[in-house]
Amino acid sequence: MEFSRRDTLVLGLGAAVATVLPFRAFAAADEAIAAFTGGAEMGTAGITLTAPEIAENGNTVPISVSAAGAASIIVLASGNPTPEVATFNFGELAGSQDAATRMRLAGTQDVIAIAKMADGSFVKASSTVKVTIGGCGG
Amino acid sequence: MASGVKPRVKAPKKAAAGEIVTIKTLISHKMESGQRKDGDGNPIPRSIINRFTCDFDGMNVIDVEMAPAISTNPYFQFDAMIPGAGDMVFTWYDDDGDVYSTTKSIAIG
Repeated sequence: MEFSRRDTLVLGLGAAVATVLPFRAFAAADEAIAAFTGGAEMGTAGITLTAPEIAENGNTVPISVSAAGAASIIVLASGNPTPEVATFNFGELAGSQDAATRMRLAGTQDVIAIAKMADGSFVKASSTVKVTIGGCGG
Repeated sequence: MASGVKPRVKAPKKAAAGEIVTIKTLISHKMESGQRKDGDGNPIPRSIINRFTCDFDGMNVIDVEMAPAISTNPYFQFDAMIPGAGDMVFTWYDDDGDVYSTTKSIAIG
């Protein structure tokens, strides 16, 4: 198949739209992030978010977060109708700052984890999960 | 959702003092997100468990705030440090005010 000049233009336009679209969903997630961090700068070292690359069923997506020395970790799903997923607050008897759960994802999107460290700093990790069947009903 | 809620916890019966053990919990709950609609197109009201806590002899291990994005039958896995023999209390708080609780005793040995 040969690409004409017009085909190439259309393809380019499509790609541009596809890149811009996900960012519109980020507004709600950004508010949730601001509410948690108070607008503080976030580093990237010292936090691990484990999520599958492809989730066949958006109703139960297994995730785990780990951040040694964190006081609390918030998990957000940027493309869900409500971005908040869970906040893990670790107590004095927590064996490690490590937790796993299962979450719902409405569609392909970025899952974000932000840890608040004991010294008040914040670190962030994110992971893109492709969802075959969304998990929010209709 | 006061009926059919059954908490299940997997915790060791024995641990060494100071040992870090992995705890797994599951509670049967439909976790209605409030986003779904019934057959007539009316939204089904939200009904979820919004908080889960685990305490050992009055000291907190983990406290989780949950949103509707947590799956049906919420599952959690985490680590706890066992300072000595005692009771581990797991508590789930439902939107409708119900509190579900279960206790596991952990011995030293």
